[in-house]
Amino acid sequence: MKAKELELQSERNRKRLMEIVFKAKAAHIGGDLSCLNVLTVLYFDVMNLNPANPKDPARDRFIMSKGHCVEALYVTLESRGFISPDVTNTLGEFGSVLAGHPTTEISGIEVNTGALGHGLSIGVGIALAGKMNKLPYKTFVLMGDGEQGEGSIYEAAMAANQYKLDNLVAIIDRNGLQISGPTEEIMAIEDVRQRWNAMGWDVQDVNGDNTEYIIRIFNSIDYDNHRPHLLISHTTKGKGVSYMEGVPAWHHGIPCTEQYEQAILEISERIMNLEKQISV
Amino acid sequence: MIACRKIFTDTLLTLARTDRNIIAVTTDARGSVMLDDFANELPEQFVECGIAEQNAVGISAGLAHSGKKVFTCGPACFYVARSLEQIKVDVAYSRNDVKIIGVSGGVAYGALGASHHSLHDMAVLRTFPGMNIVLPSDARQTKKLVKLLVNYPEAVYVRIGRAPVPDVYENDDFDFTIGKANVLLEGNDLTIIGTGETVYHAYQAGRMLHKKGIKARVLDMASIKPYDRDAILYAARETGRIITVEEHSRFGGLGSLVTETLAESPVPVKIIGIPDENVIHGNSSEIFAYYGLDAAGIFKAALNFIAQKYTDYQFILG
Repeated sequence: MKAKELELQSERNRKRLMEIVFKAKAAHIGGDLSCLNVLTVLYFDVMNLNPANPKDPARDRFIMSKGHCVEALYVTLESRGFISPDVTNTLGEFGSVLAGHPTTEISGIEVNTGALGHGLSIGVGIALAGKMNKLPYKTFVLMGDGEQGEGSIYEAAMAANQYKLDNLVAIIDRNGLQISGPTEEIMAIEDVRQRWNAMGWDVQDVNGDNTEYIIRIFNSIDYDNHRPHLLISHTTKGKGVSYMEGVPAWHHGIPCTEQYEQAILEISERIMNLEKQISV
Repeated sequence: MIACRKIFTDTLLTLARTDRNIIAVTTDARGSVMLDDFANELPEQFVECGIAEQNAVGISAGLAHSGKKVFTCGPACFYVARSLEQIKVDVAYSRNDVKIIGVSGGVAYGALGASHHSLHDMAVLRTFPGMNIVLPSDARQTKKLVKLLVNYPEAVYVRIGRAPVPDVYENDDFDFTIGKANVLLEGNDLTIIGTGETVYHAYQAGRMLHKKGIKARVLDMASIKPYDRDAILYAARETGRIITVEEHSRFGGLGSLVTETLAESPVPVKIIGIPDENVIHGNSSEIFAYYGLDAAGIFKAALNFIAQKYTDYQFILG
């Protein structure tokens, strides 16, 4: 039942995402949609968070290293009570507090990101401080698969292993596409599992389009194994909007009115079905 | 004479013994920074990142974000180039109050060549909102600076040199405030402003000028950002001519700071720094002398400067 409820939450966030993106006329919609399920499970099931006390020292930390997918984070933070819909609605407006990449001006966002390949190093620092301070919080870092081209990631990966950061979870949103085309054509990473294994990480694969599997994989993490954790989340870019799925142009495409209405229709139908299933 | 990097690490170690939140981060540079004693005595407050400056700055941002008082130490040339984006985004833009300690800055590595020089650091870092810049001139000032930095609530880049440096301050009885310049010599004929290791040379040149009857004012502008605007304006108004001396490109550093401040004034400013060329090979003293950053060079430049009349466009035409 929990999986269905979280799936429903993801679909509601997906709908809200379409609304704000259509209004703002700017977003990285394809990657927003592929990581949305993982974000929902993290924020509604896995992470220890308190929107009323966003700086609680005991909180789990999340870093959106693939910062261009901030719109997915905005709707997640809104649904979790960190930011009000009035604020989210200002996306794309002149002077809005919401930028096109995460900033700490927003409650619940830990660090400013946007330049790729930075998040994991910051996550290592936060996780290391957790060990030094003997605080039990966990640190989650969401990266893109195109982002794996940034060399600084591997510097951070080595350090996480060196300091045995089993309180650190990195996630690669493996949707297979980056702005110019398939990752394997631009700069192949198909050996991604082997390379992270070789760097000492505890690596698991998961179908990131399936909420039940996402819940299960997070539950299976052994936080006492003295190894940092990597989840390779295999997803579909543009997930949940039929005409966007697997199409590189939707990396940062903006739907026209007809496309927007179709997306809302598709998502609303799934929401209705899930609500029915849950109420039975 | 004592190296600023030595006094820096000795002071940091003393403070870190009683403040367990002080963390030293480095990149296989514990020898260059003289951090061996710190690493041996306080291993739990020491973070070795290997040769990976980008990662070191990112980790430092994460540690600072978690309440640690982070001193990230290594060669200035690498930190302000290789990891510049991490300084820009993770530290300055994210307002994580990391202290970046760039050692062997400027041309301190001498004949190792331009890959190891950092003659661009002020120019670049001045433009980052959230980043401050200090270049202490001697050991006593460095010691005072480290004590100030521990609880300074913003990010700071500190550039220090490599070799032992002569004292500018003969005892501890002087004020040092981030954002304030110190007057080392009073005078109203012209002003010489130095920062970092050029301050000693500016001071010596000032004394030579005084002996010739030219009352040069000498300012130690250790703090480049925030900077002491009033000290520059008073110097302009009261002395009418300013010479700046920096171990930095003539573009974008101390000279630029002063000329930007005086852009709407008629006061002439002479910038002594490293020209836009590959730096001549030699040790740092030889390089200082070659480009006129030493006392003799500054003295000579001051005499020429004071002899020039600025009643027309002559100073523009050279």
